Amino acid sequence: MITVRRDICAYCGCCISVCPQGALELIDAYLFVDTEECTDCGICVRVCPLGALEVTP
Amino acid sequence: MKTSYDMLVIGGGPAGAMAAKCAAEKGHSVLLVEKRPAIGVPVRCAEGVGKELLHQFLKPDDSWVASEIDQAQIVAPDGFVMNLKPEHAGSEVGYVLDRKVFDRELVWQAANAGADIMVKTRAVCPLTSDGRITGATIEHNGLKTDISAGIVVAADGVESKFARWCGVNTTVPLREMETCAQYLMTDIDIDPHTTVFYTGNSISPAGYVWIFPKGERTANVGIGIAGDKSRSGSRAKDYLDRFVSMNLPKGKAIELIAGGVSICRPLEKTVFDGMIIAGDAARVSDPLTGGGIYNALYTGSLAAEVGTTALSNGDVSAKALSVYDTTWRSSPMGIALERNYQIKEIFVKLTDDDLNAIIHSVSDMNMSEFNTLNLIRNIVTANPRLAMKLGKAGLKQLFDSIS
Ligand SMILES: Cc1cc2nc3c(=O)[nH]c(=O)nc-3n(C[C@H](O)[C@H](O)[C@H](O)COP(=O)(O)OP(=O)(O)OC[C@H]3O[C@@H](n4cnc5c(N)ncnc54)[C@H](O)[C@@H]3O)c2cc1C
Repeated sequence: MITVRRDICAYCGCCISVCPQGALELIDAYLFVDTEECTDCGICVRVCPLGALEVTP
Repeated sequence: MKTSYDMLVIGGGPAGAMAAKCAAEKGHSVLLVEKRPAIGVPVRCAEGVGKELLHQFLKPDDSWVASEIDQAQIVAPDGFVMNLKPEHAGSEVGYVLDRKVFDRELVWQAANAGADIMVKTRAVCPLTSDGRITGATIEHNGLKTDISAGIVVAADGVESKFARWCGVNTTVPLREMETCAQYLMTDIDIDPHTTVFYTGNSISPAGYVWIFPKGERTANVGIGIAGDKSRSGSRAKDYLDRFVSMNLPKGKAIELIAGGVSICRPLEKTVFDGMIIAGDAARVSDPLTGGGIYNALYTGSLAAEVGTTALSNGDVSAKALSVYDTTWRSSPMGIALERNYQIKEIFVKLTDDDLNAIIHSVSDMNMSEFNTLNLIRNIVTANPRLAMKLGKAGLKQLFDSIS
C-alpha cells in the first residue's frame, strides 16, 4: 500500500504521470491513491522530490 | 448554470488560458475549468522564458516580469565558468516571470475576451458518444455536472489525467521525469541579470541546478534530476539542500517549490475525435531545458485556431483536427523538441570529465562562428574520446538532428 506522508507532500503532482496504473490523482491539495489500481510498484516513491511517499505493508 | 459550450478547456495554466482566450476572441462560447482554488499557485516553475518567444503572445508588463536576463553562465563540474552572451546562438535574452501574476493575467484576459471561468472545479471524466469526446463531467463544490462541448481542449498539465481517461497512454517513463525542487531565496549575492546553470553528476545527475534571478539579491534556486537517479536520501531536495549549504549558506528560503517536468518525446497523437491536447499534457516541454511556458502558449493558441475552424466547419473529427498535430510538429518548436530530445539523450550519459571537456572546449571557440553545428563539430574535434563514446550512430543522430 502507498502511504502519503501528508506532512511532507507538497502536492506538486510529480508522481502522477509516472504511475503506470494511473492510480494517483491530485485533487487540489490532496494526493489521492486508488488502492484498487495501485500495484505497490514503488515508482512514485522513487520519483518524489521530497520523499513523501512510502510503500507500507 | 450553462451546461453547453462550443469549447471546454480543462486546466487554467498558460496552455488552457491561451486556448480559452483565443477561442473566445473568435466569438465562441468557452468554459475554462481549473481544479485549484487559485490560478497559478502553488507555482511549479523556475519562470524563465525567452524574450522574443514571449513577445509573440504578450507585451511584457512590469507586474509580472521579475527580472530581465542578458546573459547566461554555465558552470562545469570542475568549477570552470563559461559565459554565454546574447550574441551567441543558444543564449537568448529572456525574462524571469512572476508566474503567480502571469498565469492570473492570462486567465483574466481569457475572461475579458468572454470565456466563462470556474475555479476549484475539476474535470472528473470525459463524456463520449460513438467514440467521440463530447464534453466532461465536472465537479464543483461537491456537485457533479455534465458539460457538453463541441470540442474539448485538454490542457491539464504534466499530470494529464484527462487524456488518460480518454484512453491515451500518457505515462512518462521514470527516467524521463525530471524531479525538481526549488527555493525562492533572498539575501544572496547574485547578478540580477545573469542566469547560472551548474552541471555535474554529483551536483545534479542527468539534470542541472539553476539560479534564475528575480531581482536584486533574490532568485529561484532549483534543481531537476532524472527520476531514475532519485532515491531515498538523494532526492531532488537533498541535492538542492547540499548545493545551497555549499554555495549560498547565508541565503534565506522564503518559498519551497516542488514539481515534475517531462523530458520524454511528445505524445504520438495530440488530436482525437472532439479533443485536442495542449501544453505539458501533450508532453511538449523541452527535453533538454525543461522549458514549457512558451510551448504551452503556442500549442494553446494553435489549439484554439484549429479548434474554432473545425467548429465553424462542423467537423471536429481527429482527421479535421490533424492540422494541429502536423503544424506544431513542423513548427520551430516541434523541430527544437526533436533536436533537443536527441541532445538530451546524449547529455544524460555524460560523465563529469566529458562535461568538463565539452564546456572548456566550447568556451575556447571562436564565438563569431557559434552555431549548433559548429558547436558539435568543435566538441567532437576537441574530444575524440567523447566522439568514440557516442559512436558513429550517435554522432550521425546528432548531426542529422541539427542539420
Ligand atoms: C520545477 C519546474 C521548473 C520549471 N521551469 C521552467 C522555466 O524556467 N521555464 C519554462 O518555460 N518552463 C518551466 N517549467 C515548465 C512549465 O512550468 C510548464 O511547461 C508550464 O506550466 C506548462 O503549462 P500548461 O498550461 O501546459 O500546464 P500547467 O501550467 O501545469 O497548468 C495545468 C493546469 O491544469 C489544472 N488541472 C489539472 N487537472 C485538472 C482537472 N482534471 N480539472 C481541472 N483542472 C485541472 C492544474 O491544476 C493546472 O493549473 C518548469 C516546471 C517545473 C516543475
